[in-house]
Amino acid sequence: MEAPTMTDEHEHYEAVVVGAGPGGAAAAATLARNGVETVVLERGVDAGSKNVTGGLIYAEESAPYTIDGLLPGFREHATERPVTDYYIHNIAGEKVKTFDITQGHERDTEWADAVLRRKMDSWMAERVHELTRETGGGLLTGVKVNGLLRDNNEIVGVTCEELDPIEADFIVAADGVNSELARAAGLMDWEEPEEWFQGVKAVVDMPGDAINERFGIDDDEGEAHLFSGDLYDGVRGGGFLYTNESSLCIGNVFHLDSIVAEEAEVQELLDALLTHPLLAQWLGEEYDEREYSAKLVPDSKKAANPSPHEGRLVLVGDAGGQMQAQGPIIKGMNHAVTAGALAAEAFVEARSRGKPSTAGERYEQRLHDEGVMAKLRPMRYEVASAAGENDITTDLAERLLDSPLGRASVRAADTAGLLGRAYGSPYLASMMPDTKTPYVTLPTIIAEELGTRVADDNTIEPPSLGERIGELTYDTDVGNPHIVLEDDSVAASGAAVTACPVSAEGFGGGCYREETVQSNGDEERVVSLDTQPCVECGTCAVVADTQWEHPRGGKGVEFREG
Amino acid sequence: MHTVTLTKGVPDFREGQVSFDEDGHLERGNTPTVMNPNDKHALRTALQTKVRHGGRLSVMSMGPPGYGDVLGEAMESVYADELYLLSDRELAASDTWATAITIATGLQKLDETPDLVFAGFKTADGETGHTGPQACWCLDWPIITHVIALDVDEDEGTVRAKRLVEGDIEEIETVEAPIPAFVVADPEFEPTYRTAGDRLTLKDLRAETKERAKNHEEHMTTWDHADLNLDPDYIGLDGSPTIVSSVDPIPKAPAEREATMVDPGDEAGMSEVFDAMAAHAGGEQ
Ligand SMILES: Cc1cc2nc3c(=O)[nH]c(=O)nc-3n(C[C@H](O)[C@H](O)[C@H](O)COP(=O)(O)OP(=O)(O)OC[C@H]3O[C@@H](n4cnc5c(N)ncnc54)[C@H](O)[C@@H]3O)c2cc1C
Ligand SMILES: Cc1cc2nc3c(=O)[nH]c(=O)nc-3n(C[C@H](O)[C@H](O)[C@H](O)COP(=O)(O)OP(=O)(O)OC[C@H]3O[C@@H](n4cnc5c(N)ncnc54)[C@H](O)[C@@H]3O)c2cc1C
Ligand code: SF4
Repeated sequence: MEAPTMTDEHEHYEAVVVGAGPGGAAAAATLARNGVETVVLERGVDAGSKNVTGGLIYAEESAPYTIDGLLPGFREHATERPVTDYYIHNIAGEKVKTFDITQGHERDTEWADAVLRRKMDSWMAERVHELTRETGGGLLTGVKVNGLLRDNNEIVGVTCEELDPIEADFIVAADGVNSELARAAGLMDWEEPEEWFQGVKAVVDMPGDAINERFGIDDDEGEAHLFSGDLYDGVRGGGFLYTNESSLCIGNVFHLDSIVAEEAEVQELLDALLTHPLLAQWLGEEYDEREYSAKLVPDSKKAANPSPHEGRLVLVGDAGGQMQAQGPIIKGMNHAVTAGALAAEAFVEARSRGKPSTAGERYEQRLHDEGVMAKLRPMRYEVASAAGENDITTDLAERLLDSPLGRASVRAADTAGLLGRAYGSPYLASMMPDTKTPYVTLPTIIAEELGTRVADDNTIEPPSLGERIGELTYDTDVGNPHIVLEDDSVAASGAAVTACPVSAEGFGGGCYREETVQSNGDEERVVSLDTQPCVECGTCAVVADTQWEHPRGGKGVEFREG
Repeated sequence: MHTVTLTKGVPDFREGQVSFDEDGHLERGNTPTVMNPNDKHALRTALQTKVRHGGRLSVMSMGPPGYGDVLGEAMESVYADELYLLSDRELAASDTWATAITIATGLQKLDETPDLVFAGFKTADGETGHTGPQACWCLDWPIITHVIALDVDEDEGTVRAKRLVEGDIEEIETVEAPIPAFVVADPEFEPTYRTAGDRLTLKDLRAETKERAKNHEEHMTTWDHADLNLDPDYIGLDGSPTIVSSVDPIPKAPAEREATMVDPGDEAGMSEVFDAMAAHAGGEQ
């Protein structure tokens, strides 16, 4: 009749991997190569259809695993252009001071390529399916895991929307940021905006020839540009631009608490970057946006769980907060890959010793031994932030910098070549305090003191929010919204109206809206929610009072670029 | 496990595809042939059986050579292994009786007797629903109709099914029959794949069929009446006892209702509209 009814006897696999991003792919490929029967469950209609990155994927020299090592042919088939030049631009009004940070970027870098996630993840998924199929498992899309299967309170498997529960000896939560599994296991929470960044980006169509000409590069070359300074209304964070084969990725990554504090309309901050005179040279006259997208990004300094396991469950990648912001350089995908492979390796070893239940501890040990946790949660930051992130120090630093003395030392530092070196130093970057100083004040002063005026006329007109939503593909789960507002008061959930990347004050076509309702003759301001245009970024899981879940398998937004 | 699904090509009655002449007669030449929509339920039942129990999935159709494409569509959508087309001039103009005899003979000629035969519930053009039951009657097998869920017990050699009694969604019974048997899937039938194992098998079948479906003719066996050893007197027009005395076109529904345009700014007009509507506010027609 219905599926073979196995009330007490569940389908069983040796390993279940939840999520087919880089973390899940690396874990599954490594498990399968070691003969572990592995099934991979991905909620998107296609791997990559839910994912957003900047993004540059790094292969670090110091890392025990890199994605092309695990999946040969990766660079040839799944990536766009390599990064051959790297610049950071400090902006104050129309004044710009640019530093070449290629050298810093190349330190510990075997290679770094720009990627688009739909292409990258779907390529990986095919390889992973082939590998895991040989073990008796395989990769399934359109399946959403919605919880942990427990037996006497012990985690023994997963429950799914589309399938009957599955038991496994090893469960890899590689389900990305806003991991429902990590939350269910009590290993991560979604409470503090300080622990997250929000990334918003546009994929801009541009023929390969035009890219080569405008950036002065060849087919096998690519550029990365970072932007910071006063163009973001004081919101802490920065912008990026990466070259793909025939498109550009342009976006911003901001601290979520800062977005909330400044009540920033994040799509307008993207437009501020797109329309800055500096970008005119690259964007030309015609602006054709292929896709608008957004996603939360954990800040490993604060969010990475130092002990990311519980029973048979391990967290890898964003699910465990393993996303490193090395100053302006963002490294999440590479760490997800490393963690995925280390977790798999830990299980293989634990199994061979007849103690599969020790996989979690072995994984944690490996994260430390291989230096991954030290990159994610550097001691330097913990020490420096204690001193650098309180109001008095910040205020002092701000006032000093803005004083004639501070400005003079900025000029002197540049003459001595110190600024360029500082930007390229991962050591300094890892100490950077999460205050306005490094993100806004310092770049602005650098640009004011040292910058040259960019006179180009930027004439492009980015699409409106309504147009951006209109261009996206959705398979709406009608009547079954995946987010429910728990508290509709403005105090509890009002922040989402501006922080949600597909909502804005005074815009009726978005997810969140502020409305006036009449109750007992009184007027009251409340927040309302319509999840139809949701891009599943995760922001309102943190900044509003919601019951937040991902949509069922295959439902919701479908990114074509990512 | 070997299953055979019966399918027929029908005119594509969808808006924009179908073409009628001035008298309201179907212009077959100008209307593309597609798979009978209800046969998709039969095919899905067959696919679910194959996914759960393995084995061969064959599809059979009696009709002109053009039905080969319908069989190709079946191969693509449910990953059929083999296709059988029963086709020649002698078979033309068969009524349901002659069609059933021909199909039953085709089923008997297969090298491996099917365990289950799946038929659709009515075609979009003939709509008799006779063909499956009559073919089954020729073979003297059990038949279960209006099936909404199906379970095969290979060891016991039985098929168990949930069916709608008299096609009524409110009344569901469970019946069991020995195999071989005929099964007619109800349009309410929804295949379920609730295990990762089943879904992975489906994915394998899809990958495996991709190439095969591109050259479906290579996997199609065509039999004419001689191959089937059928006497022309008992098949085709001569073997069809049905006499169609006349055909009445269905009268067209009145296309337009009487409508009065009212400008929303026209207050008097609008209040007339509200008055007219008020009478029905209680839900009366
Ligand atoms: C704007 C932006 C810029 C960035 N720039 C960079 C960069 O330049 N370089 C870099 O390295 N990193 C960058 N990152 C971070 C990087 O994208 C992530 O760290 C990385 O994708 C994490 O990989 P993952 O495998 O852990 O998770 P993900 O890639 O998020 O994959 C998780 C997978 O799990 C699936 N999933 C989720 N829940 C379920 C469920 N319940 N059931 C089944 N499947 C589920 C998802 O659909 C998804 O496929 C950026 C992020 C953003 C948003
Ligand atoms: C009164 C009458 C007179 C007819 N006269 C003619 C005529 O003169 N000339 C002419 O060409 N046709 C004629 N037909 C059409 C012909 O009888 C039908 O095409 C055929 O018998 C199928 O019947 P049906 O369409 O009612 O299918 P149904 O019995 O409603 O179909 C049920 C199921 O049986 C199976 N099935 C039906 N037909 C086939 C098939 N051909 N191959 C494989 N599986 C099949 C399918 O699984 C289908 O879903 C006539 C039909 C009727 C009712
Ligand atoms: S509704 Fe929430 S999850 Fe969806 S796009 Fe807006 S902030 Fe992101």
